[in-house]
Amino acid sequence: MDYEPIIGLEVHIQLKTKTKAFCGCSTTYGSEENTQTCPVCLGMLGALPVLNEEVVNFAIKLGLATESEIASKSIFSRKNYFYPDLTKGYQISQYDKPILENGKLEIETENGSKKIGITRIHIEEDTGKSNHSETFVNSTGLDFNRCGTALLEMVSEPEISNSKEASAYIAALRQLVRYLGICDGNLEEGSMRCDANISVRPVGQEKFGTKVEVKNMNSLRNVEKAIDYEIKRQIQDIKNGKEIQQVTCLWNAEKGITIPMRSKEDSDDYRYFPEPDLVPLLVNENWINEVERTLPELPSAKRNRFQKDFKLSAYDSGVLSASKEIADYFEETLKFSKDPKQTANLVMGEVMRILKETKLEVNEIKVTPEKLGEILTLLKGKKINQQAAKTIFDEVAETGEKPEKVMKAKGLEQVLDSNEMETWLEEVIAENPNEVERFKNGERQLQGFFMGQIMKKSRGKANPGMVAKLLNQKLN
Amino acid sequence: MSSYFFLEDNSVETTVKKYLKKIDENSHLNAFITVAENYALEQAKIVDEKIKNRTAGKLAGLVISLKDLICTKGIRTTAGSKILENFIPPYDASLVKNLKNEDAVIIGKNNLDEFAMGSSNETSAFGKVLHPLDNSLVPGGSSGGSAVSVAAGLSRVSLGSETGGSIRQPAAFCGVVGLKTTYGRVSRYGVTAFASSFDQVGPIGKTVEDVARVTEVISGFDKMDSTSAPNSVPDYTQFLNQDVKGLKMGVLKECFDEGVDPEIKKSVLETIELLRKNGAEIKEVSLPLLKYGIATYYILTTAEASANLARYDGIRYTYRNGEAKGLDEVYVKSRSEGFGTEVKRRIMLGTYVLSAGYYDAFYAKGQKVRTLMQKEMNETFAGLDCILAPTTPNLPFKAGEKLDDPLKMYLNDIFTVSANLTGIPSLSVPCGNAKNGLPIGIQIMAKSFDEGMTFRVGDFIEKNIKILA
Repeated sequence: MDYEPIIGLEVHIQLKTKTKAFCGCSTTYGSEENTQTCPVCLGMLGALPVLNEEVVNFAIKLGLATESEIASKSIFSRKNYFYPDLTKGYQISQYDKPILENGKLEIETENGSKKIGITRIHIEEDTGKSNHSETFVNSTGLDFNRCGTALLEMVSEPEISNSKEASAYIAALRQLVRYLGICDGNLEEGSMRCDANISVRPVGQEKFGTKVEVKNMNSLRNVEKAIDYEIKRQIQDIKNGKEIQQVTCLWNAEKGITIPMRSKEDSDDYRYFPEPDLVPLLVNENWINEVERTLPELPSAKRNRFQKDFKLSAYDSGVLSASKEIADYFEETLKFSKDPKQTANLVMGEVMRILKETKLEVNEIKVTPEKLGEILTLLKGKKINQQAAKTIFDEVAETGEKPEKVMKAKGLEQVLDSNEMETWLEEVIAENPNEVERFKNGERQLQGFFMGQIMKKSRGKANPGMVAKLLNQKLN
Repeated sequence: MSSYFFLEDNSVETTVKKYLKKIDENSHLNAFITVAENYALEQAKIVDEKIKNRTAGKLAGLVISLKDLICTKGIRTTAGSKILENFIPPYDASLVKNLKNEDAVIIGKNNLDEFAMGSSNETSAFGKVLHPLDNSLVPGGSSGGSAVSVAAGLSRVSLGSETGGSIRQPAAFCGVVGLKTTYGRVSRYGVTAFASSFDQVGPIGKTVEDVARVTEVISGFDKMDSTSAPNSVPDYTQFLNQDVKGLKMGVLKECFDEGVDPEIKKSVLETIELLRKNGAEIKEVSLPLLKYGIATYYILTTAEASANLARYDGIRYTYRNGEAKGLDEVYVKSRSEGFGTEVKRRIMLGTYVLSAGYYDAFYAKGQKVRTLMQKEMNETFAGLDCILAPTTPNLPFKAGEKLDDPLKMYLNDIFTVSANLTGIPSLSVPCGNAKNGLPIGIQIMAKSFDEGMTFRVGDFIEKNIKILA
């Protein structure tokens, strides 16, 4: 019998609002322990939460970007449980009336694009961090800097069919939240945290199988590996006549297995009830419209526009719109260069290479859009050739000099004078009689050798097209 | 100098010393958990200086005490619980800031039922509070220390808090004036929570005017409390020294049924008669849902309390059993030892009513009844200025008498809880004495944010009824 997996994902999106969800404490990452706290986030007596409006703005942004229904009235609830890093003994969350419902997220799969339904997205606060490391002998360290930071929890419909789709979903969401500027989208550092609900059922069966929740997958690779493992395990267990238990598991990346943490029976009763310290959250059309005005062009729209307006391939459009910063850089450069294809080539080639090598952000490199545009203009005006363009690019990346100045200083201006080129060609022919003989006997691949020799003589300044033409005239 | 209403002596320092002496002489009443002697004397000197420079605030001269669940920066705040026995807040409640801005001097923190849970002030971890007139009786609760403090002259005014009658009942028992403010009138920021959708701070004083003047200072919107109301705060003294001619008053029928002490009934009816003679239009009104009041109140308040008290977990600033090993033991031992019986009873009740499978039958239903009661109250108030009722069904009772019978104890709040469930203001003023001299209180309920009406009627009663000192 064949089995098919059913996967739903729950993603916690840590919002990069300047201050926490319900108090004025800073959310800066990596500060000294317990320096970003106050009576409110420490849960001291009488301290009360006040909703940070920026959190709502961010939620509305994600709602608009996922075509979710934005509730005109949503309610905060208390989720009650005891844990040392939860200061109040309850987490402020949303339960039966979340701010966002019924959205969708488009993902790219092997069989084209697919829309995954989003059941709900709600606002909640993060907990502090427990430190169980050896620094604390026979005790646990508690850091409340993160406690009270705003999160959006996004729950998908069980419409994801395999691990590849799951990672595509996470990747698409990560791209989206980065575009919207609401989250760093960093899985490794935990600013995006993902849990998967996985079940399998015989193909053709309507009823869902028993689901298992898998936590602790902190990279796209681990999401895929954990889901693949869990699907395989469940099918194997069913084939061996074992019943699937409804449990929560942790993914152990080192061992490559999922380990059961707790079963449904001893799961907590969170005793949700409406948070009496907060009034209902009312969002009217005006508020939504205001946020909508600040919404950037979304990745899919940008990708389509690049294809349509700039006649770029689907692949190139995808690469260039992968991050908003790269896309902006590309379009800004285009203003100076006016040549989409050439610009795309240099951005995807040289710029991406430099970013990888230097680990800088695109807005930090010395080759500004204006300077890259200048290089492209020199190239287009045939003042330099490809080779020289790369040399100039590297020099500008290093020094930040103006491209034209670099060109002149290095003497890289392209030579279009055919007399000069003929001289170089004569010299090369005279110096390499054997190769000339072989070329004439049909070893056409030696053309590259001759090109290289001429380029060397010209110190890269010769125009390759003209050289090729001359070469064919002389040797045929 | 005479422009400062609360000024009692040549200097505030003298006044503070006078009250400190009284506190000392009456320590057996156990009305204070913490006396902030040094702080009060220092502040008095500062205020005296300000008075000299004519820069002092409205409350200059006022020596005030606070129920010990109102957070005071640098002064221990215990909520009457062992679990907070050593907690010194690093912040002031917003209303404390208001008091300080107007130059009131805080002399100390009054005893209370632990976490304001009680009607007799017998559940405090710092010992019970005694009734000043007869030490074998309870002073009422939960703001018992506050009422006793004012009645015995240990402070001019004290701030208490209400979740269900906790200001008015002890005020009535001790023969002083107590106001339950409209929900949202006074910021709750820095006020230890019992049941967040009920809790409100209000003053207890010897006179309606004292209460009115302090109410004005502590009221108003606070951006630190999302549930505080934006309504403007009137000058409440304008409601004093008025007549009651033409005022339309309802008399709550249910409060004169059997089960009400006959002496209380008599005294309250006489007061109502006095109002009628002075031109008030009196009509009988009924709140049929009142009979569900106590049940609804205990379901909703315990539910909220079970969550509000979860933060006292032995992890950060609360009492921790030093021997406890492992996390579960820290929780269990610290909370079992840190909380008293009544508090634990209510946490368990509240946890139960919120549990899966019981939520709809209890908490959700309780919310529905509360909504219906609010609707009923609004309808009843149509065409009325205020509603009158006895504050309590009985006179102060013997200490220990109801401590082991929670239901009996809870029924003490039967006349007061409707104001708490519906959010309206209600003022209790003394209206007579029983034959044995014990005080009797009448409460004046008004529409939301119409504290002024309660002052107008209360002030009239105060000035036209003869009451034993």
